[in-house]
Amino acid sequence: MKSGSIRKQKIKQKSGIIVLTVCAVFCAVIFLFPTVMTIANSFMTQKEINANYGAMISNFDSDEGKKTYISDKLNLKLIPDKVSLEQYKTVLFKSSDYLMKFWNSVILVVPIVFFQIVVASLAAYSFARYRGKLKEMLFFLYVILMLMPYQVTLVPNYLVADKLGILDTRLAIILPGIFAPFSVFLLAKVMRRIPTSYIEAAKLDGAGEIQIFTQICLPLSRSAIFSVMLLLFIDYWNMVEQPLIMLSDSDYHPLSVFLSKINSGDVGLAFAVAVIYMIPTLLMFLYGEDYLVEGITYSGGIKG
Amino acid sequence: MKKNNKTIWGKMRGTLKRSERITELTFISPSIIGVLIFFILPFFVVIYYSLIDNPINAEFVFLDNFSKIFQNEAFQLASKNTAVFSVIAVPLVVVLSLLLALLLDTKIPFKTQLRASFLCPLMVPTASVVLIWQVMFHKSGTINQLTEIIGAHPVDWLKSGSGMVVVIVMFLWKNLGYNMILFLAALSNIPGDVMEVATLEGAGPIYKFFHLKLRYLSPTILFVTILSLINSFKIFREVYLLTGDYPFDSLYMLQHFMNNTFNMLEYQKLSSAAIIMALFMVVIIGILFIVEYWFGKDVE
Repeated sequence: MKSGSIRKQKIKQKSGIIVLTVCAVFCAVIFLFPTVMTIANSFMTQKEINANYGAMISNFDSDEGKKTYISDKLNLKLIPDKVSLEQYKTVLFKSSDYLMKFWNSVILVVPIVFFQIVVASLAAYSFARYRGKLKEMLFFLYVILMLMPYQVTLVPNYLVADKLGILDTRLAIILPGIFAPFSVFLLAKVMRRIPTSYIEAAKLDGAGEIQIFTQICLPLSRSAIFSVMLLLFIDYWNMVEQPLIMLSDSDYHPLSVFLSKINSGDVGLAFAVAVIYMIPTLLMFLYGEDYLVEGITYSGGIKG
Repeated sequence: MKKNNKTIWGKMRGTLKRSERITELTFISPSIIGVLIFFILPFFVVIYYSLIDNPINAEFVFLDNFSKIFQNEAFQLASKNTAVFSVIAVPLVVVLSLLLALLLDTKIPFKTQLRASFLCPLMVPTASVVLIWQVMFHKSGTINQLTEIIGAHPVDWLKSGSGMVVVIVMFLWKNLGYNMILFLAALSNIPGDVMEVATLEGAGPIYKFFHLKLRYLSPTILFVTILSLINSFKIFREVYLLTGDYPFDSLYMLQHFMNNTFNMLEYQKLSSAAIIMALFMVVIIGILFIVEYWFGKDVE
């Protein structure tokens, strides 16, 4: 009798898990869909793209007459009729424009991410290590600044860039980026969790403050640093507003801005460019997904 | 409370040695100097701008600019839309990502793959996602084709009151995954023995969730709320790429207003709007902190 009820319970549990799995997979498909679409569409010929998205493209020109030769239904098509590398060839070999913009993105984003992490981890150490009324107030100020929408900080940023004479140069974006308080907040939160005993032990061994920082604090918050880096990278890699305002010369614009502008004309190209633009982020994800999770999970201490 | 003090290695100012105070200052100074130059000091200039009539005349008009901006219809519309968006989208994203996390916290297979696919939206460049959204929500796009099968009338999503729905969907799509990871992390940190004791004492899953898990999750809930609030202001990027400078009324956000005023070089208007926004944010953050303090006390 008893074993029967246990079996029943097990069946109930199993069917529950199946239902949950189906739910989860369904959600995952929705989440994956736009990504898969982008990749799939990048392998279509311009002709196929036109046939699928013609109605939308002609709408962009707001010229009703142009619609005639294309069906006015939009098709989301997952599998290309004929896999072609046409778009990629154009992007990579026919014109140097795209590669140049890609490089523009790199030299804007890499210094921001690198130096913001350096500045922020130093500040975070100081915030975590010593506390006081004044520090708490300062920290609150950082949180407020971090939360300010870009449109609020934009005006101050613009004024400073103007005063320093760096308007229309890359520095106008890089410098404010370096000092953005976002990572200070996150890293300070993580560093505060490092147990005091570690620091005390290091001190007894005669370690100085700099050694404590580089030998204990940084390694222990390694995964948090990586996950902050990833977040920063994604954010700045996709920036649109800053370059539009700070850089009037479109030669300096990163690919993200450029990408948003080729929407109307060569939709097919836009997909291929998007896929190429995704590669660095993808690599970082593949390399560091565990860090990302661990960085957030990190609760301090070497186990055992 | 006592247990907590052990892990926080902060020291009070009074107990600092001289050498420690020097490190404290040198470590934090690059950040403070940068923040001062790029954010704080210019903000005072913004305050100054908001109090004068124009940069050439520079006559103090005190709160004139503010009263003007409150009467400005574009500003009213923009603040209303932004408020509506944040009030709906932020709680929604918090609740849904918590539900997703609870779903992935069960014994289902393929967890790693599922987790990775929820993070996917972070990877795709905004501009190309916008392209896909355009195809889906266009008047003759995918969504309308699907609803037509059921017999619904096609909706011009982006050029009607439903625009907000599209933006909220976009926001959820982009932010659910990361928030979910944060919740998953917090869920795995809940001490197992507490849950076991609860199970032994006959607590059902619903009781366990509301009376135990939620308590342990409350700092994360606050954190996710703050992050989502930041991100809710970043949705402008998508809206801008979808609809340009002057979208349909229901999509006209505060950031559109700021952007357009900036392009028209109306610094007075812009500065006072920025200050109003900043003050508003300070109030919200203050409230969040008080809530955290409250809940934090409760958990310890």
